[in-house]
Amino acid sequence: MKISIKPLFLLVFAAIFFASIVPVHVFANSTEETGAAKTEEGHKAGKFNAGELIMEHIGDSHDWHLWGKGEHAVSIPLPVILFTPKGFDVFMSSAFHHGEAVVSRKNNYKLEENHIKIVNEEGVIDEAASKKIVDISITKNVVGLFFSAFLMLYIFLSVASTYKRNPDQAPKGIQSALEPIIIFIRDDIAKSAIGPTKYEKFMPFLLTVFFFIWFNNMLGIIPIFPAGANLTGNIAITGFLALVTFIITTLNANKNYWHHIFAMPGVPKAVLLILTPIEIMGVFLRPFVLMIRLFANMLAGHIIQLSFFCLIFIFAEMSTGAGYGIGIFSVLFNVFMGLLEILVALIQAYVFTLLSASYFGAAIEDPHQHKESII
Amino acid sequence: MELLTPSIGLLFWMLITFSVLMFLLAKFAWKPILGMLNEREKTIADTLNEANKARAEMASLTAKNEELLNQAKEERNLILREAREAAEKVKSDIMAKAQKEAEEKLAQALREIETQKKAAIVEVKNTVGLMALDIAEKVIRKELAGNKAQQDYVKILATEAELSGVSASSN
Repeated sequence: MKISIKPLFLLVFAAIFFASIVPVHVFANSTEETGAAKTEEGHKAGKFNAGELIMEHIGDSHDWHLWGKGEHAVSIPLPVILFTPKGFDVFMSSAFHHGEAVVSRKNNYKLEENHIKIVNEEGVIDEAASKKIVDISITKNVVGLFFSAFLMLYIFLSVASTYKRNPDQAPKGIQSALEPIIIFIRDDIAKSAIGPTKYEKFMPFLLTVFFFIWFNNMLGIIPIFPAGANLTGNIAITGFLALVTFIITTLNANKNYWHHIFAMPGVPKAVLLILTPIEIMGVFLRPFVLMIRLFANMLAGHIIQLSFFCLIFIFAEMSTGAGYGIGIFSVLFNVFMGLLEILVALIQAYVFTLLSASYFGAAIEDPHQHKESII
Repeated sequence: MELLTPSIGLLFWMLITFSVLMFLLAKFAWKPILGMLNEREKTIADTLNEANKARAEMASLTAKNEELLNQAKEERNLILREAREAAEKVKSDIMAKAQKEAEEKLAQALREIETQKKAAIVEVKNTVGLMALDIAEKVIRKELAGNKAQQDYVKILATEAELSGVSASSN
């Protein structure tokens, strides 16, 4: 009896957890309707716009939106840092008043669909000048990035100190949860893909990238501040990680690696004419695929979950009963999706790390032992 | 396309954050953690090896002890057997000696007895002879003065006495 209660409890807890997003949107929706009706400013004119809501949740923004919409939105203002031809500007994003106010510093700035634009005296957007802005603001994703970095530092430095405090002892607490993963990355990813002697210099990157992706995937699933930034579903983040893999692979590549790319041994000259361009493309394609795989997987998960929540409001606009009816289905499906996303969070971190390790392994492979590389 | 365009700002902060994060983790987390893991694995392997070695040593020691014990037992048995044999030998020697001595004593005693007997017989014969002579002398002295028959009888007696006395002395 006791055993069967446990998963049920977990299910109920997860349902409450994911359903906790719902009230925010209910509130957002209703305030928007009244607000938009009064001001007549809302381009959606009271209609629930699922696409916009989803894009807002998976995208980046200059403030951390908590609840509310338009004038009534409650959000955490974040610093805006801009380099423009006229100079360097720093101010809080609250100065935009949710995109309604023009901020006059060295230029006149206006927030247009989460992008900062330069406007002229008449309030018209100057596209040419706007393109020259280098925006390095602390956005929602940057805050999420900092938070995950501090979380990782806190956890791993404390784990490291536990190791130093209790040498040659069985692991305790969080140390015992992370140790099998660290050993798994060392033995089953690094040692098997790179080789038992050369793996050591790649370990810091592999461990960091694995835990960075995993932590951020998990934080992305949690919908409340300070988690909830969709970092690993952002192409800049996955692109950077893939770029680091590409740089490490290229810097460590030996003669054998290049020889296999430019002149695959044991292949006729005529075939090389076709094969060599494919191999050269492969060099760039591998990190590119790495970037797209993680980005698309995480983004898709978020979009599916948000879409199912949006279904509730789309149906609720037709009739309240339909909204409640579809709500039950949506929440149940999202509980399932949430559990799946927890699994995907780990799998994607594992896949990225494993593929990076296998590229490193291919780059430093000795000529006599040939191994199939994975794309 | 908005989603597929990486933003410069996020890339910039990612570059800084990830580099600092990786540097700090590599230096203060991964290095000690991996080091300690290796060390612990080495310690465990070493301890196991040592335990195996100790067990083998114990086994060899036990075997050696067994061997020593067996050897000691054998030696003890040998000693016991030898002692028993020696004791047996001493016992039989003593018995034989005693037997021999007893026999010798007996023989000597018999011989002695024989000699004594012979001496006694000779003495008895001599004494009897002398007594007979005495008697005869007395009888003869008294009767010789009488009749002829008596004189004849004395003659016979004297002859007899002489004969037995001769035979006794000849012995």
